[in-house]
Amino acid sequence: MKRSLKTAVGVGLTAIMLFPVYWMINVSFTKDTDMRADPPHLFPLHGTFDGYRAVLDQQLPFLGNSLLIGLGTVALTVIVSAPAGYSLAKLRPRGAGTLSFVLLVAQMIPGVIMAMGFYAIYLKLGVLNSSAGLVLADSTIAVPFGVLIFTAFMSGIPAELVAAAKIDGAGAFRTFWSVILPVSRNAVVTVSLFAFLWAWSDFVFATTLDGGGAQQPITLGIYRYIGNNNQEWNAIMATAVVASIPATLLLIVAQRYVAAGVTAGAVKD
Amino acid sequence: MAPHVTTRASVPAMPETEAGFGRTSRARSSGQWTAWAFLAPVVVYLIAFYAYPLYRNLDLSLHRYTVRSFVQGGAPFSGLDNYRTVFDSPTFWPALTHTAVFTGVSLVFQFSIGMALAIFFHQHFRLSATLRALFLVPWLLPLIVSASTWSWMLNSDSGIVNTALGVFGIGPVNWLTSPDWSLASVTIANIWIGIPFNLVLLYSGLQSIPSEIYEAAALDGATHWSRFWRVTFPLLRPVSAITLLLGLIYTLKVFDIIWIMTRGGPADGSTTLATWSYRLGFGNLLPSFGPGAAVGNLLIILAMVFGLLYIRMQRRTLR
Repeated sequence: MKRSLKTAVGVGLTAIMLFPVYWMINVSFTKDTDMRADPPHLFPLHGTFDGYRAVLDQQLPFLGNSLLIGLGTVALTVIVSAPAGYSLAKLRPRGAGTLSFVLLVAQMIPGVIMAMGFYAIYLKLGVLNSSAGLVLADSTIAVPFGVLIFTAFMSGIPAELVAAAKIDGAGAFRTFWSVILPVSRNAVVTVSLFAFLWAWSDFVFATTLDGGGAQQPITLGIYRYIGNNNQEWNAIMATAVVASIPATLLLIVAQRYVAAGVTAGAVKD
Repeated sequence: MAPHVTTRASVPAMPETEAGFGRTSRARSSGQWTAWAFLAPVVVYLIAFYAYPLYRNLDLSLHRYTVRSFVQGGAPFSGLDNYRTVFDSPTFWPALTHTAVFTGVSLVFQFSIGMALAIFFHQHFRLSATLRALFLVPWLLPLIVSASTWSWMLNSDSGIVNTALGVFGIGPVNWLTSPDWSLASVTIANIWIGIPFNLVLLYSGLQSIPSEIYEAAALDGATHWSRFWRVTFPLLRPVSAITLLLGLIYTLKVFDIIWIMTRGGPADGSTTLATWSYRLGFGNLLPSFGPGAAVGNLLIILAMVFGLLYIRMQRRTLR
C-alpha cells in the first residue's frame, strides 16, 4: 500500500471511530423541532445555541462542583501517594512486596461495591451529600494507581542523587521534598491528570453518595437531564460536550502523559 | 470510566531498589522507621477507605438489615441467608449469564479490533501518531457522556443507527427498549469505549518487537499473513494475555454504561451482577442492602480470581 493511501485509510478509520463524538456535537446544535426529523440532519446547518444557553443557565453550579471535587481529589491523591512511592522506591521498607500486592488488588475492586460500603459509613457519620465525602471516595480510584506510578518513576531516579543529598546533610524528608519531588514532576503531572479525569467522570460514587445534595457534580447534572426532560436532547448533548472539555484538553496538552499512564507497567519494555 | 472507566492501568509490583551502603543494623532499623513513616499516610488511607468499606460491605451481607436498622444499627445476624436469597432469585442466572456474555463478547471485539488497528498504525505513515492519539478520545470521555450519546444514537424512532440500517432495508430495531436487544446495545457501546485501551497496550507491545526479526522473516520470503501468525502473534503473547486479563477485570465491573443506557432492563434484559447489586441496594424505594452486598461480594470474588491470575502472569512476564 502506498503511504498516502495508508494515511487516507487511517483518516477514514478515525472518522468512523469518532462518529459518536461528532454526533454528540451535531445534536447539541440541533433545534428541538428538528430533533425527530426523518432522516436526521447530518450537519447542524440551521443550528441553534439553545442547548448551550441551557447549559449556562442550569449547569454552571454542577460544573463548578466538579471542578472543586476534581482538584480536591488531585490534592489528596498526590499527598497520600507520592511519599508512599518514594518509600517503596528508595527506602526499602520491610513488607514492601505485600503492600504493592495489596495496592494491585485494591485496583480490582468494583466501584459499585465500594460505593455501598461508603454509603453505610457516610450515613452513620452524616457526611452523605457533601463534596468532601465525594473527594474521599473519588480518591480511592486514583490512590493505588498513584502509588504505583510514583514507585515506578522514582525507582528510576539515580541513587547518586539521593546519596549526594545525604552527604549534604539532608534528612529523608528534606531529600524527598527538595530532591525527589522536583525531579518527579512528570509523575506528579501524570497522576494529577488521571486523578482529575477520574473524579470529573465519576458517576457511581456521585449517584450513591451525593444523590440528594446541594453540591452535585456535572455527571449527575447530565443524569438528571436524561431523567427529567427526555425531549431536550440538544441541552443534554450540549452539557455532554461541555463535560468532555477536560478530557479533550488533556489529550491536546498532555498527550504523552496520557499514553504513558495507560501503558505504565501493564507492558514493561 | 472510563473508565473509566472504567479502565485503569497499573504498574509492576516490585520496584528495583538500589544496593545499600552497608549500614549497621541500628541504622537499618532507623531506616525502617523512616520508610514506614513515609508509608503511614497510604496505610492509614487503605485501612480507612478500602478495608473498612469492604468490611462494612461484608457485614451488610451477613445481617438482615432493614432501613431502620441500617440507620440505627442492631440488625440480627443471618449467616449466609442473604447469599441463599441471591442464589434462589430468578434474576441470578440471567445476571450471571449476561455478565459472562457482556464480558466475553466485549473482550473478543475490543481485542481483535484493537489488534488490527495496532498493526495498522504500526506501519509508519503521515499523521499516524496524531490519528492514534485521536483514537484515545472514547476512552477519555466521561462514561455518562458516551452512554447518553449512544442512547440517543440507538433511539428506536429518531436514532441515527436505525436510519442508517433503514437505508439497507433493515427494519427499525428497538435497541434499548426490547429485552432481546438491550444487552447487545450496551455491549456495542462498551466495545467502542474499550478499543482505545487495547490499541494503546498492543501498540506498545508491537514497538518492543525488534525490527530485525521482521527483516529476517521478509528475507525468508514470509508473506504478510504468515508474518503475523508466526512472528507477531507469538511474540505478542505475553502482552496480549495481560491486555485481555486487564480488560476482563475492568469489564466485569462495568456499571455506569449499562445503568445509564438501560438500567439493566427492560425485564432484566441487560442486568449484570454489577447493575443487579446496585439495583438491590439503591434502585428500589425499599432497599435490600443485605442481598445487594452479597451480590457485590460475589463479584469481588470473581474479579479477584482473574486479578490474581493477572498478577501471576505479570510477574512471570517481568522475569
